[in-house]
Amino acid sequence: MYAVNFLILGALLFALGVFGVIARRNAVMVLMSIELILNAVNVNLIAFALMNDSAEGHVFALYVIAVAAAEVGVGLAMVLMIYRNRRSIALDELSALKG
Amino acid sequence: MSMLAATLSSGWFLENAWLIPLIPAIGFVLIILFGKRMPQGGSEVGLVSMAASLAIAIGATVQWIQRVNSASAEGEHALGGFFGFARAIVPTATEEGGHSAAFVEPVVRTWTWWQSGGLEFGVGQHIDGLAIMLLLLVTFISLLVQIYSTEYVSGDRRFTHFFAALTLFSAGMLVMVLAENMIQLILGWEIMGLCSFMLIGHWWEETANSKAALKAFFTVRVGDVGLLVGTAVIFFGANDWAVERGSNGFSIRAISAWALSGEASNSVLFWGGVALFIAAIGKSGQFPLHTWLPDAMAGPTPVSSLLHSSTMVVAGVFLVARVYPVFFVGFDILDTAVNLITIIGGITIIAAAALAFVQDDIKKVLAYSTVSQLGYMMLGLGVGAWLPAVFHIFTHAFFKCALFLAAGSVSHSGSHHSFDMKKDMGGLARKMPVTATTWMISTAALCGIPFFSGFFSKDEIIDNASHNGYQFFYWVGLIGAAMTAAYMTRATYLTFFGKARGAAAGEHHDDHADDHADDHGADHGHDAHGHDDHHDAHAGPHESPWRITAPLVILATLAIFSGYLNAPAVGTHYFTDWVEPVGVAVEADALHSAGDEGHALGLAAVTAEEGGYSEGCGFSDPAEGTVCYAPKLSHAVFSWSKAAPSILLVAFGISISAWLSMGVFGDRRNPLKGLTSRSGIARRGHAFLVNKYYLDHLYEGVIVRAVAYPMAKAAYWINQNILDGIVNGVGRSGRSTGEWVYRNLDQRVVDGAVNASGFIASETGHALQPVQSGKVNQYGALLFGAATVGAIVLILVNI
Amino acid sequence: MNMETITTDNWILTVGTFLPLVGVLLMMFVPASEERTHKQIGIITSAVTAAVGVLTLIRFDFGRSESLQFFVDTEWISVIRSNYTIGLDGISLPLYFLSMIVTLLVMIYTWDNMPDAGNPKSFIMLMLVLQVGMAGSFIAQDLILFFVFFEVVLLPMYFMIGVWGGEQRQYASLKFFLYTMFGSALMLVAFLALFFQTGAESFSFAHLAEAGALIDRDVQIWIFAGMFVGFAVKVPMFPFHTWLPDAHTQAPTQGSVILAAILLKLGTYGFVRIAIPMLPQGAKAWAPVIGILAVIGIIYGALGCLAQTDMKRLIAFSSVAHMGFVMLGISTLTEFGINAALFGMVAHGLITGMLFFIAGSVKHRYHTLEINRLSGMLIQMPRLGWILGFSAMASLGLPGLAGFWGEFPAILSAYNPNFGLDETLYRVLMVIAALGTVLAAAYLLWLYQRTAFGRPNPEFDSHATHAVGAGVNDDHHGADIHDVTPIEWIAWTPFLIAIVVFGVYPQLMFDVMDPAVSALVERVGAGIP
Repeated sequence: MYAVNFLILGALLFALGVFGVIARRNAVMVLMSIELILNAVNVNLIAFALMNDSAEGHVFALYVIAVAAAEVGVGLAMVLMIYRNRRSIALDELSALKG
Repeated sequence: MSMLAATLSSGWFLENAWLIPLIPAIGFVLIILFGKRMPQGGSEVGLVSMAASLAIAIGATVQWIQRVNSASAEGEHALGGFFGFARAIVPTATEEGGHSAAFVEPVVRTWTWWQSGGLEFGVGQHIDGLAIMLLLLVTFISLLVQIYSTEYVSGDRRFTHFFAALTLFSAGMLVMVLAENMIQLILGWEIMGLCSFMLIGHWWEETANSKAALKAFFTVRVGDVGLLVGTAVIFFGANDWAVERGSNGFSIRAISAWALSGEASNSVLFWGGVALFIAAIGKSGQFPLHTWLPDAMAGPTPVSSLLHSSTMVVAGVFLVARVYPVFFVGFDILDTAVNLITIIGGITIIAAAALAFVQDDIKKVLAYSTVSQLGYMMLGLGVGAWLPAVFHIFTHAFFKCALFLAAGSVSHSGSHHSFDMKKDMGGLARKMPVTATTWMISTAALCGIPFFSGFFSKDEIIDNASHNGYQFFYWVGLIGAAMTAAYMTRATYLTFFGKARGAAAGEHHDDHADDHADDHGADHGHDAHGHDDHHDAHAGPHESPWRITAPLVILATLAIFSGYLNAPAVGTHYFTDWVEPVGVAVEADALHSAGDEGHALGLAAVTAEEGGYSEGCGFSDPAEGTVCYAPKLSHAVFSWSKAAPSILLVAFGISISAWLSMGVFGDRRNPLKGLTSRSGIARRGHAFLVNKYYLDHLYEGVIVRAVAYPMAKAAYWINQNILDGIVNGVGRSGRSTGEWVYRNLDQRVVDGAVNASGFIASETGHALQPVQSGKVNQYGALLFGAATVGAIVLILVNI
Repeated sequence: MNMETITTDNWILTVGTFLPLVGVLLMMFVPASEERTHKQIGIITSAVTAAVGVLTLIRFDFGRSESLQFFVDTEWISVIRSNYTIGLDGISLPLYFLSMIVTLLVMIYTWDNMPDAGNPKSFIMLMLVLQVGMAGSFIAQDLILFFVFFEVVLLPMYFMIGVWGGEQRQYASLKFFLYTMFGSALMLVAFLALFFQTGAESFSFAHLAEAGALIDRDVQIWIFAGMFVGFAVKVPMFPFHTWLPDAHTQAPTQGSVILAAILLKLGTYGFVRIAIPMLPQGAKAWAPVIGILAVIGIIYGALGCLAQTDMKRLIAFSSVAHMGFVMLGISTLTEFGINAALFGMVAHGLITGMLFFIAGSVKHRYHTLEINRLSGMLIQMPRLGWILGFSAMASLGLPGLAGFWGEFPAILSAYNPNFGLDETLYRVLMVIAALGTVLAAAYLLWLYQRTAFGRPNPEFDSHATHAVGAGVNDDHHGADIHDVTPIEWIAWTPFLIAIVVFGVYPQLMFDVMDPAVSALVERVGAGIP
């Protein structure tokens, strides 16, 4: 099918992203992995939008891009603050969320 | 029965009688706010406000008497009398041997006070004979007591507060007396309760005083439950009936009219009456709620005298007299040989009088005497002798007030602030002649010796008990009279005769001296009576200054002459004419008349014929369109032969008691004293000095101890242990139940359940804690793992 | 039913309710260190709010107090058909105004009685937000709007207790929060059930009062149960009261005063405004239960008071008893009873608020509220002692003071409950409730006797050696034991005056409430077959 190729691409990107989130220690890499995941979603959204010939998918994709930009902005700011305070951005050393 | 419309006279004072309580109420506020800065510490405001109230009360009384006369004149088409306000005494054809009086419309004014459910309830005045009598009495006695107090409590550490409370106290009583409705009555009633709390606990530094204050308030409050419940019962009973006639179920007029209308349910009247009577028991110190009254003697003496003469304790009697139709119909007075009021009144007379025998404290003797006399008033109301009971309120106020003030005078100037008759008094008659004379006159009045005022009121109650068929209570009244005479003789002897003892002999107690040395110069003394002691200089007992003796003399004079307002023995019945409501049916529209233009309607025979009625108000229902405000009561006709038993018993009581007192209290301390010669010592001479102790033993150990002590002590024991014990026990067990409930139920069960749910939530949280490693990666892994599982489940389900 | 509404001056309620937020906004831009400025802003904001309240009073048409005035009805959340509907009638006016005045006076009191934890910025901001929630609850005429305001109240109070409270503040604040949330949850479910049962058309009170009466009786009973729990927790009624003593005892003085004066009234107000008119048959079925629980509360609260050794805790327990009288009045479903309840709410707010003020001042001076350690207050602080005595007398229902008019008509009304409720039961309740007044006298006077009478405890008396002679002497007092301060006078005098004025001339309030209550009872009656 026409859409299948895009979906496979999306799935691959998503898997890469998940791997990055789980496996990488560097916070910046994790953030980038999250971007990958979001873009995987975007690919899917566009693919389905084209397939169904509707505009909603495009709108959503644009929306996600905007949100992702904001999210990266906040995320990088946090990473920066963490680095300033701890001189490290290794995630496994951060456990302030421990319950 | 003639139904003539006539215009009653009224006047500014009658129309504006509501000012009478308002003035002292404003006075109270002024004293509280500015009293301390005034030259006389606020007492001048109290005195002026009471004097102003008295002036208005006098004006109102004069105008009321004119009103009564104008009603009689209109009714009978004959104006009789002299000086303009003696009533017409015209024999009429209606009842042979009787004389008739016309219905006198009370002066009623109301203003909206509150509303509920669209009904507006008023506050205002309801001026009739009963209200007028008490307004005059209360303002008069309050003024005298305040004059007395300026001397008695001068230099007290809380002089200003004392006058503030005293003024508010009078205001409270006055509010109650002219109350137009039950709510207003409750208002005055409770203000008095509050003030009694403030005044009894005036020297609250001592725990005993504050406990007595608490006890007084609390005991009365127990009775007040009855007042609240009774008012509610009566309100809902009467309201519909009253609203139909333009009034409401709180209005005292409406309640009276409804109770006599024949449409009132008897059970509502009965239970309402019982509840209200419980309130009266509490307030008027009737058995078994009388225990607070003697303890209330912890307050300053002027307070005791005001409390026990015309205010506070009279309130309960007043309540019964005020809504008398409720009791009259509810308790079937005159139809039954016994009812709740007579039982309680009768028990109170005897029980309290017996207790008075064993008191050493002069004020406690008077306190029990008050309780006993209130029993007479209740008994009078219970046997259908409304007027004699109310008349007894009147006369009793003068002589009891005089007695208390005399006791205060003794302690102030004679016994160095002690009230102990056995320790610190005796032989004061010669040192304090004015005090002693006034005391003796008042005692004579209290004992009911002929031609003193008490005779005319008390004897009427006893006579009417027999007249209305309450034979048993007739005897109770007689025995009570004898006992009264006896204990008062004992107290008189101990205080004024015999040998001077203790402070009366000029001794100063060491502890007093120490106390005064301590705080000399401070403006607040420390001794139990709160005086800055300016008597240190005096060597012994002396007569009190004029501000104390003047009220005494005035009151003693009235203790003799007030009785002649209604002395059948000499043929006067002004009090009956002016005070007693006339039990005739009148046109119903009078119920809500504003009182500006009264209508005198109808005539009826009211006084002085033997035998009762079988019809008329209270016996048969009023005709359509007419209402009754008071039952038609008959009066016993006085005759010396009927009065003889009580006179004899009183004489017997006095002589026995005098004889015993001299023997018991006189001899033991000084066998040589000539005063005690009648005790038998003089007859036997010095040779029998030793045997005197046998006599003493005989008097004291055998006769007195065997007769008076077991009985009185037993009563006192029951009083202190059982009744007081119940009061204390209820308090204590209430507290321990409270503690138990709090500790076990509240803290364990109810609270426990709450804490348990919190605990469970917290434990669950702990169990899941390891999952929260704080590592973002792990969280991510968990998230995606869960999402994967979710996705698999979704797929499986959809396949 | 067509409830008449008056829409003139309808800006006044919105302004009066949300004005405190302006103060909050201002304070955000002021650094926390400028404490005086914050206090000034707080006082000024609440004073202006109260001034709007006075204006509301002036503009209110007292001749038509049964209809909603200053009425506004604009679209709010159209998705769920909830409107911004507000209005004021004789039932809510006294409470609305009371909340403004209490906040102002509490704000004044805060001037030199800041709780120990400091930080007036947050404290005052929270109080202002609290005021918005309280005022909003009384003007809301839409269930969702009401619910939002009702919940807005919760958080500031939680923080006030949790941050500025006593030693066990964490426990107390959490308990308060959980309890109330639990009630709110059930209440919300009940609101939604009511909404859907009436055809999911509108959340407006007027509509629900009309449509709610048509719901099946059994369903009404279930919905009422949900509301009952929600409101009963807030009142609080036995057995949902256990949060109250803890919250009161631990809360700072300001928190206790507001809690007692206004917050508890949200529950009773909810019964009168929402539960009863919207579910008449449910109300009738539940009335005996409410009555019984109310009377248990009266006796139980009084017994609890007798067992206390802590003054503040005693006052807190007395609230349980007093609110019992209020609920007894409501449970009779009569004009008398509901009038009494409304009067009782205001009176209890004034009197118990005053008592908590006193407790706070006593704590401030003696650093303890142990009754056994306090005595002779009348010697050390005669004026404070008098005010305590006055408030105690008002609290025990002395006629001539405001407390009486909430208590006595409530007892009275129980003699004759409405709509065929069981008379025998209610008469028994009446007598027990009347006995409760005796217990009230007992615990209050006992408290007064132990704390105010007698001689001062030597541990607080720096002049112990002179104490014997030191009567009511203002110059002689311990180092930090001083009589009522000017700020306290300013904050308290309005309370004291109001207690006397409403006690002497209750018509001031009955006149406003009675027509509204009569209309309400009539509506309830129409809904009961």
